[in-house]
Amino acid sequence: MSWMQHLIIAPILLPLLTASLMLLLGERHRPLKARINLISSLLGLGISVLLLLWVQAQGQASSIGVYLPGNWPAPFGIVLVVDRLAALMLVLTGIIGVSALLFAMARWDRAGASFHALFQIQLMGLYGAFLTADLFNLFVFFEVLLAASYGLILHGSGRARVSAGLHYIAINLLASSLFLIGAAMIYGVTGTLNMADLAVKIPLVAEADRGLLHAGAAILATAFLAKAGMWPLNFWLVPAYSSASAPVAAMFAIMTKVGIYTVLRLWTLLFSDQAGASALFGGDWLIYGGLLTIACAALSILKAQRLERMASLSILVSAGILLAAIGFGQAALTAGALFYLVSSTLALCALFLLAELIERSRSANELALDDDVDSLPPPLESLHPPKGINLDDDLKAVVGQVIPWTMAFLGLSFIACTLLIVGMPPLSGFIGKLSLISALFNPQGLGVAPAQPLPLAGWILLVLLILSGLASLIAMVRVGIQRFWTPQERPSPLLHNYECVPIIALIGLCVLLTLRAEPLLRYTADTAASLGDPQQYVMSVLGTRPVPNPPALHAGAQVQP
Amino acid sequence: MEEVIAIAIGVLAASGVWLILRPRTFQVIMGLCLLSYGVNLFIFSMGSLFIGKEPIIKDGVPQDLLHYTDPLPQALVLTAIVISFAMTALFLVVLLASRGLTGTDHVDGREPKE
Repeated sequence: MSWMQHLIIAPILLPLLTASLMLLLGERHRPLKARINLISSLLGLGISVLLLLWVQAQGQASSIGVYLPGNWPAPFGIVLVVDRLAALMLVLTGIIGVSALLFAMARWDRAGASFHALFQIQLMGLYGAFLTADLFNLFVFFEVLLAASYGLILHGSGRARVSAGLHYIAINLLASSLFLIGAAMIYGVTGTLNMADLAVKIPLVAEADRGLLHAGAAILATAFLAKAGMWPLNFWLVPAYSSASAPVAAMFAIMTKVGIYTVLRLWTLLFSDQAGASALFGGDWLIYGGLLTIACAALSILKAQRLERMASLSILVSAGILLAAIGFGQAALTAGALFYLVSSTLALCALFLLAELIERSRSANELALDDDVDSLPPPLESLHPPKGINLDDDLKAVVGQVIPWTMAFLGLSFIACTLLIVGMPPLSGFIGKLSLISALFNPQGLGVAPAQPLPLAGWILLVLLILSGLASLIAMVRVGIQRFWTPQERPSPLLHNYECVPIIALIGLCVLLTLRAEPLLRYTADTAASLGDPQQYVMSVLGTRPVPNPPALHAGAQVQP
Repeated sequence: MEEVIAIAIGVLAASGVWLILRPRTFQVIMGLCLLSYGVNLFIFSMGSLFIGKEPIIKDGVPQDLLHYTDPLPQALVLTAIVISFAMTALFLVVLLASRGLTGTDHVDGREPKE
């Protein structure tokens, strides 16, 4: 129990230490750094899985792990909290991290400086943002993950990347300013930044101050929603993500989900239905903002020609679906949304990785597209080394690593990704969308007649869920026909083992999610139920006592003058 | 004093927003700087403004809220200053890289067509 509690801080410390170690190693020793990075990422994933199992094993009553890093009681000191939602996001981050890293180890980590150190700092920011239970630490971890992402988005350099990176950084600096203004206003009204304490204080806020509180929360939400990709705050996302290098874009598949996670976490805590006059504040904004996001992204996906662009737009579609589903504030819908989140994040990560491999064979033939970005440099090495020779790190020829069935592999993976993103049976995307639709019609569960008929927003969400799937299907099928079925003399791309393993693993996980959907659905249902009851969270956080000083040390300290 | 601080924050934020909307990268970075100054002042003023009061407990001063100012916004603003400073420096590097690669200081990386 006690060592398990100390494990809560490990996902933050481990990447921090690894990153510092890599900075010490300097620019040389890349293979060594890659290996250290991989071991550390795998360890991080292992710790996340342990935390998830621990949270799940605790049972309903005390399913929240609280860690006081400074040994101060909760509203005064910093708190880290792992509950079901945080543990789920941690594991998802770990999986995405390992996959993106494996892919990068094939070629991309050579394309620029300090890739591995930045990668670990990015992981640290992500893990920290999911674990913290304090508004200001959330800001700090957001800045950590953003600082690393500024470096990573420029990885590989090139005109288009620097241009898109410039916009990305400016937008995020602006969003950070909004974050600070919102946090300061909330502090000014309530006098606390601890999320659990805020949940207690908000129903007690004086009526005269409530407008100020709501304004602060709205400004804070603007910052999060810009990160989550809600229309119209998402114009920066598509150029930035589609010009980032493949492993970085795959890593960024989880970045919009950070915004969605914080919205879900703060909204369910601060404006739960127990929050008095502020109950469910801004829910309609989430619903209609999410619906508009789906509509705009689904329309743009029809026009997209590059696969990277389609993947970025699919991120927006899934962000819109999640925001709209969360905005209803119903446990069943949130549970479905969380399942959909897991499945779509894994699928989008795989699609970003796959997109680069597929486009690699196209760009080798120099078939220009309308929306082609003019100058995205490929990784430094030539993509088409002489046949039968594959160069490893030490520039020695390694025979036997070239996979002969590349096009078959790419085609089958592309079909799997399409099915997952469109939400067609038999893969887990279908289960995600089905559970959302089923929750829309049966908010109390199957067999229980709903208390009121489905509101208009619910019908719109239902229609958009199906239409956005159709739009993605049309766009992806068109791209698939162009890339795979057009009879053209083209060299089939050479793939590295490291590039195939993460894609197979991610799609394999989605297949596993399909076959074993029930445990995850049950888990997300429990998560949604505990999110709907913030009292549990508040009591666990505020009830945690600091560890008393060991008596011997205490006595020793008293003896000294 | 409240009026002076409020006007200062307003002027900083307004100039910052105007500059961010300008087409040259240098104007954008100056805008972001001014905006972050405004935000820092705003955080600082959220702990309510006092003259000559200690943020930490001092001998000889009665230990009640009337005689002390809130130390938390001061700690927060310190963190915010450091972070915004670092981010601005990073933005400056990207700005120079963009200038070097595109040969123009327009935010879109190319001059608008006449």
